[in-house]
Amino acid sequence: MVQETYRVLPGPEAYLAPAAAMMGVMPPDSGSAIVEGSVVSEDEAIAVIARKLADAKNPAVCPGPLLIWQWDDGVSAKAAAVRELAEACGAKILPMIDYSARRIRTDMEISPNHPNVTILQNDIDVCLFAGVHSHYANYALRLIRARTDCYTIVLGDYSASEDAMASLRDINVDKINAITEKIKSLKRG
Amino acid sequence: MSKKIITPVKEFEEFLTPEYKELIANGPYNRDKPTTVDDLGTFYEMTGPHPHCAGCGVSLAIRLGLASLPAPEDTIVIGTPGCSYFALTQSTLNYSCTAFGNQNSVASGLKRMLKVRHPDKQKDVLVMVGDGGVADIGLDNTLHSWFRGENIATVMLDNEVYGNTGGQESGMTTEGTVLNMAPTGKKFPKIPMFELAKTSGCVYAAKVTVASPKKVGETIRKAILVAREIGPTYVQVYGPCPTNLKFPPSKTIEAAKDGEKSYYKYEEYMTDGAKEYLNRSKA
Ligand SMILES: Cc1ncc(C[n+]2csc(CCOP(=O)(O)OP(=O)(O)O)c2C)c(N)n1
Ligand SMILES: [Mg+2]
Repeated sequence: MVQETYRVLPGPEAYLAPAAAMMGVMPPDSGSAIVEGSVVSEDEAIAVIARKLADAKNPAVCPGPLLIWQWDDGVSAKAAAVRELAEACGAKILPMIDYSARRIRTDMEISPNHPNVTILQNDIDVCLFAGVHSHYANYALRLIRARTDCYTIVLGDYSASEDAMASLRDINVDKINAITEKIKSLKRG
Repeated sequence: MSKKIITPVKEFEEFLTPEYKELIANGPYNRDKPTTVDDLGTFYEMTGPHPHCAGCGVSLAIRLGLASLPAPEDTIVIGTPGCSYFALTQSTLNYSCTAFGNQNSVASGLKRMLKVRHPDKQKDVLVMVGDGGVADIGLDNTLHSWFRGENIATVMLDNEVYGNTGGQESGMTTEGTVLNMAPTGKKFPKIPMFELAKTSGCVYAAKVTVASPKKVGETIRKAILVAREIGPTYVQVYGPCPTNLKFPPSKTIEAAKDGEKSYYKYEEYMTDGAKEYLNRSKA
């Protein structure tokens, strides 16, 4: 049965958390963002994301294949912006290098197949994904919500991830920089 | 695309794992000349640690095949359930596993789409699946892709058994073989897949075993090249299964050599068109 007010919140929620979409959560249209299952304005989402990252004890930034590999000319600029964001909040960088089911180094990287293991091993309380294809992101986010209490954030290249606790869509360098600036001003107090 | 997908952006390069750094620096990608079986031991391979049984003939065939791809950065391997899934899914190659038996249909669609999307570039679609996948559950899809003349290469990793599910007989099990779940022995001979390939539209077909590693590499490479322009191709590789055929893991090569004395005697078939294409691409 579809519940009317399903909230996408930190877990551990269940052995297998449901897909937020199955619980009636829809990804936002162009120009909007999503926070904990509700559509909000981009500015609101940017404020929430910056606050969560600034307050985090041990945040992680997880760049995905779209941000790690030189597949398109625009990648470097976005990668530089995300790296600056990570430095602003003192986040550990745990890349999702590919989606393969190979054995991974859980102290250095994260995989969509068992992302909860990396999150738990590194004691991550807030994690931000960028450059991960949506179908793999949603899958990983459900596993993190199921097995950990980590707060999840997604910066989507095209669409937002409704399975994240906070997510922006159509991400570009300006939006990433807006988050970074907010984090810096929150850190300054 | 192509080599760019294995070139990291400088912002995140330092965060790659040592294995990935090694793959970029010394792997089969980013080379002027593609690797071959002769180069094994001198480059970082795509097959990583995998959970195949000791002495697995299928994993050896995969290792030899992946070392012989003419263009790994422009290749996608299509698989299906079976033991081959383990090594292939853990490799650093584009790999997609289909619902059981659908491999040649998925590969056909993918190849057609890639031709539309990249009209000026060769994108190789290689099917690598078990004997049950080709000769039993995927037989109709396999044959129809050949009848239609699809530009894909099909490799059967023949261990003469359903290895992954604990030892049922497959159509490719030899007559009389007793298996965990065929206690009174198989009642009919091997399905004549190699003959079917020749009569169903394959322009290149070869039968090899892991006891002749160079031949495995060469035939798979030729099958991929010929499939680019001439038509469907087929390589049937014998990789015996110590776990289910009940011989010691150290005897896999001997078992494969035994096979070469009878059914698995080396055979290579090609049409004049395929021969001409291979001569042209050598020149
Ligand atoms: C439609 C469907 N039927 C049955 C299965 C169960 N199944 C998984 S692997 C396998 C046997 C595979 O045998 P083979 O293709 O010879 O590969 P091997 O494991 O021997 O390498 C079977 C029957 C399945 N996954 N899907
Ligand atoms: Mg088999």
